[in-house]
Amino acid sequence: MWRRIFAIVVKELRQLSRDRMTFGMIVMIPLVQLMLFGYAINTDARHLPAGLVNLSDSAYSRTLIQAVEATQVVDFKQRYLSAAEAEAAITRGDVKAVLYLPADFDARLVRHPSFAGQQYYLTQPVGQWLVDGSDTVVASTIRSLRQMPLDEIAGMALKTATPSFEVVQYFNPEQRSVVNIVPGLLGVILTMTMVMFTSAAIVREREQGNMEFLITTPVRPLELMLGKIVPYVLVGFVQVTIILSAGHLLFDVPIRGGLDSIALAAMLFICASLTLGLVISTMAKTQLQSMQMTVFVLLPSILLSGFMFPYEAMPVAAQWIAEALPATHFMRMSRAIVLRDAQVMDLQFDALWMIGFTCIGLLIASLRFSKRLD
Amino acid sequence: MSQTDFAIQTQGMTRAFGGINAVENLDLAIPKGTIYGFLGPNGCGKSTSIRMLTGLLSPTSGNIRVLGEILPGAEEKLRRRIGYMTQKFSLYDNLSVRENLEFVAQIYGLTRRQSQQRLAELLTLYDLVGREKQMAGSMSGGQRQRLALAAATLHHPELLFLDEPTSAVDPENRREFWERLFDLCAQGTTILVSTHYMDEAERCHGLAILERGIKRADGSPQQLMAAMGARVIEVSGDDLRTLKQSLISESAVLSAAQIGSRLRVLVRSDIADPLAWLKPRIANRAMEEVRASLEDVFVTCTGERLAAHAKEASHVA
Repeated sequence: MWRRIFAIVVKELRQLSRDRMTFGMIVMIPLVQLMLFGYAINTDARHLPAGLVNLSDSAYSRTLIQAVEATQVVDFKQRYLSAAEAEAAITRGDVKAVLYLPADFDARLVRHPSFAGQQYYLTQPVGQWLVDGSDTVVASTIRSLRQMPLDEIAGMALKTATPSFEVVQYFNPEQRSVVNIVPGLLGVILTMTMVMFTSAAIVREREQGNMEFLITTPVRPLELMLGKIVPYVLVGFVQVTIILSAGHLLFDVPIRGGLDSIALAAMLFICASLTLGLVISTMAKTQLQSMQMTVFVLLPSILLSGFMFPYEAMPVAAQWIAEALPATHFMRMSRAIVLRDAQVMDLQFDALWMIGFTCIGLLIASLRFSKRLD
Repeated sequence: MSQTDFAIQTQGMTRAFGGINAVENLDLAIPKGTIYGFLGPNGCGKSTSIRMLTGLLSPTSGNIRVLGEILPGAEEKLRRRIGYMTQKFSLYDNLSVRENLEFVAQIYGLTRRQSQQRLAELLTLYDLVGREKQMAGSMSGGQRQRLALAAATLHHPELLFLDEPTSAVDPENRREFWERLFDLCAQGTTILVSTHYMDEAERCHGLAILERGIKRADGSPQQLMAAMGARVIEVSGDDLRTLKQSLISESAVLSAAQIGSRLRVLVRSDIADPLAWLKPRIANRAMEEVRASLEDVFVTCTGERLAAHAKEASHVA
């Protein structure tokens, strides 16, 4: 039995080493995706194009505008003469937000209730933001300007206010989203490459006519399945190494947990993804079909696994679907280990689930693969 | 002959695909140590029959006994005793000759030493020495076919199935290939080969002519030719196309086919004297009776359309 599995592993590795394109993809996919996601996905919006309607045009208002620009949240690109003009600009998409400062801005500022020692204060804010709320990230970023302190602009001391809560942030003090993305990207890239490789594995042999010979030999289905998986486990580890080291070097992602824990979690996930690919491979008739089924698995793995959106924010039904995907469990594990120094033992539910998934997957693939043509 | 003298026995072997019988009521009794041929055009059920006999397809009905084992049921037991060379090259294009054979040897469970020894034998036997490192995908049709035969016989099978083994091979390599088959046969291997070439079929010890899944005739090529039920007259002269048209409308003429400057006419054997019968019908052209060929057998069994098809195929090669 081991001899035959070994024979298939050697054969797969030889074929893989001769397929330059696939070989290149093994290295390039993680690197390129890491760059793309690392640099492009950023939930802290910066330098949003904004417009300005300044009806007061006072020294105070100009100081305020400078202070707003200094936050780097918005860049004032345009000035408008009226609110109506500004609204039209938002509708056209010229700007994402408009700061409206009324003619009585100075009066509103000095009598703002946030200053200490006010006797006759106004309850009105000093100005107004008109925001294109269709993009929720943009809207919430502008909203963060709502509480901008006004003391330096007006040159007055603030009333000391006690916040309702004190918030202490663990594990990502600078709130950089790339820190959360890199360990998640491990899951996405491994899902993509691992499922893709094995989903083509059996179908390719069938399409190229190798299968008809292979099934007249004494090889057993389980031997064939294991032989097909083992080489790609190695490939998976190469990719994990690339993503984690590049993430660490380029994006300064801390690796807090032990490398043994990461390796173990990655191993479980790689095996689960590979068996998922094998099951696909026993169902698909052509390589194109196997590709389509891979995408069918890949999209929810990106969108529902917690990679893009927090798992907790999804409706219960979506959470159930997410639970079925190996990527969700791995996303949880890799973030916990890489960012929060968790051990695999702390995450035994996810670990056990992936082991179960692999065993059942292998069983299904071996049962579905019959050494017959009818 | 007793049961153990047969490598393959079937009764009423039938396989339907979506209500259409690809193979219908096929009875076979193939003695051990012989080369047996399936002759027929593409789509006549040759491959389907071979797949049922190798245990890759289950029969819709009928009994199959291969090397004494009953199919379906004993497939895995038979795997080590049978060899199968598929119609399409089924080894790996991006592995070398040696790597392909090593892979097959390991799959059949040979130890490293056994496999080295067997590989050396096979490389010499099939004239692949010096090509060990060549990728299978870059070899010629004849070389690939020798490699495929080496792989199919690596484990010394008692029964070897060859599905149109020579369809991608030139005539010289084909002759050589058959020499190797006779060598195997002399060592006691039973061989079942499917083909659509008459010259190949003529080399077999026994033969079944298949058409649309039905066996039209079987026996040795000599028996088939003797029992054909028609006599063969070759007519030579001018304007054979017109003559052909007029002759094939006669019910006593089974077929008339032009071969170069002659017209080969098959006349039903219930006409006592075919030369006298033909004389008034061919004007003053010359004629002579010739020996029947397997192609004539094929034509009488299956009808002219299929013979034309088979001939076309053999000309292409």
